[in-house]
Amino acid sequence: MTLTSSPDGAAGATLDAGLEQAPPSRRARSVARRVAGRLVGAVVVLWGAATVAFLAQVALPGDRATIIFNTRAGQPIERTAQELAAVNAQYGLQHPVLVQYLDYLAGLLHGDLGRSYQQYRPVTQILGEQIGLTIVLTLAAIALAWVVMVVWVTLTAGRGPRTSAFGAAADTVTAALPHYWLGILLLLLFAQRLGWFPVISDGGPVGLVLPALTLAVPLAGFMGQATRTEFERALEQPFVVSARTRGSGDLGVRLRHVLRHSALPAVTLSGWALGATISGAVVVESVFTRRGIGSVLVGAVNSQDLPIVTGVVVLVAALYVVANLVVDLVHHLLDPRTETS
Amino acid sequence: MTTVTTAAPALARRRTRAARPWTLALALLLTAWFAVSALWPHLLAPDDPLALHLDSALAAPGPHHLLGTDEAGRDLYSRIVHGTAPSLAIGFGASLVSLALALVLGGLAALAARPVAAVVDRLVEVLFSFPSLLLALLLVALLGQSALTEAIAVGVGTAPGYARMVRGQILSVKGSPYVEAAVTLGHSRTRILRQHVLPNAVRPLVAVFALSVGQSIVWASSLSFLGLGVAPPSSEWGALLDAGRLYLTHAWWLTIVPGLVIVVLALTATTLGKHLQTSLERNDR
Repeated sequence: MTLTSSPDGAAGATLDAGLEQAPPSRRARSVARRVAGRLVGAVVVLWGAATVAFLAQVALPGDRATIIFNTRAGQPIERTAQELAAVNAQYGLQHPVLVQYLDYLAGLLHGDLGRSYQQYRPVTQILGEQIGLTIVLTLAAIALAWVVMVVWVTLTAGRGPRTSAFGAAADTVTAALPHYWLGILLLLLFAQRLGWFPVISDGGPVGLVLPALTLAVPLAGFMGQATRTEFERALEQPFVVSARTRGSGDLGVRLRHVLRHSALPAVTLSGWALGATISGAVVVESVFTRRGIGSVLVGAVNSQDLPIVTGVVVLVAALYVVANLVVDLVHHLLDPRTETS
Repeated sequence: MTTVTTAAPALARRRTRAARPWTLALALLLTAWFAVSALWPHLLAPDDPLALHLDSALAAPGPHHLLGTDEAGRDLYSRIVHGTAPSLAIGFGASLVSLALALVLGGLAALAARPVAAVVDRLVEVLFSFPSLLLALLLVALLGQSALTEAIAVGVGTAPGYARMVRGQILSVKGSPYVEAAVTLGHSRTRILRQHVLPNAVRPLVAVFALSVGQSIVWASSLSFLGLGVAPPSSEWGALLDAGRLYLTHAWWLTIVPGLVIVVLALTATTLGKHLQTSLERNDR
């Protein structure tokens, strides 16, 4: 994919150099090339993720048909050649590895993530039942993290040495909090002691609060660290002074001008954070006994049911790719200067 | 009012740049405590961490047992002190794995011939798209559960981020005036690499190593918390957490305290790492 696209790009560059006098077409082409470049990059990441996932399944030491049997039975038992042949046929293991690889890639294109060793069912079906709840949790957490971060940074950044230092210290501390620990603290305090929220998080919105908060607080601290530096730099820019001379209030300047200029690093981080938050959700779901991919994934790791584990890996890589394309777009909307870079 | 608020940021930044001395002192003190706990645990906790006192099982923190006891009456304070060595071993092991991998991948991506560099670059990009914990889980699924796998899994899981950092660092050193000067002087490629590029690219990693140890222990304990880490009889902090979970509702200290120790260690490592980073940057200038 890269091989075919890079000569095109080089040719486009030399063409562009000759068309210096025709700005509109040049601009359109540069945007088109940028979009094409992003898409190629996205495809390469997905293909790489699929390859890693396939290699991991092949790399499991031992005969795979025997492994599949043992995973199902939960204990090692001698199998007859006939039984093994049946499993080999079912999973296509009698073919050479290269054929299996191509089959796997072809399957992915049809949305087929393989078949669980333990549960006999397609991985897509198993994950499909659980992923919705995890995605709801993840998106709620990222949204909450943004709210917490924006409020905290707007209130504390550039407010004199003491407040700023306190704000920054809070960022550092919250960013370092492990999800399981924060989750347990919140659980003991707000669910067990005060009884404001259910101890076991069901699908409902009330049960969502504590798990989402657990994921949001460290993320807010993490994004806050990046935003705070930019925020304090933006506060010293001439446009802030000019907005103030026009009579804007302090809060208005911070929200309308400074925030827009300092939000870029956090926007970039959000794309990365989606994947990290999903894996954090695995821990948080375990703390709050919430349904989602967490318990499925942990169970699969325990029983070495690799198709489920690699299925999650491929799925998260796909979400990462989509999130980064969206981030790119938002980045562009916030700061049109990035158009040609 | 306006003048005060616009002048404040510059002041504040100068203040935060110069690491506040008491924070640093506290971090150093805690480092000393963790070092003694790891090397000579008997100095800080003379009691046997595995001694059973069934008559005082699940005792709350108090004068007899500073941090309480677990379900078999084992003293939590002693177990935490004696668990420092295995916990730090996993943290250091994971960081070594992580940074070694990062150096190889980042170095290849920055220095190798074009096709190799492009492939490695993409590989790092692909691995970076997997969250650390997920990559670690994949490795645990492949290799099974043990302290060694935990270190490898966490190390590999955190490596892609550092590999990107190493690559960027080497590229910026490569484009620096002193390397250009060395090239102009006609020095050989290996000499430039050995004398200029590598030392300057590796030096910031000292600070990163400190950050990484703290992060690795947090990730490793997350694996343990999910029941995928070291087996329970060990006093490793993650194992303590995992074991304490069963008694969460009536013996909160069994999970909260080991977790707090991990948070404190992570913050100590972060503070030291950031301090090293800023002092190295200041030397560069």
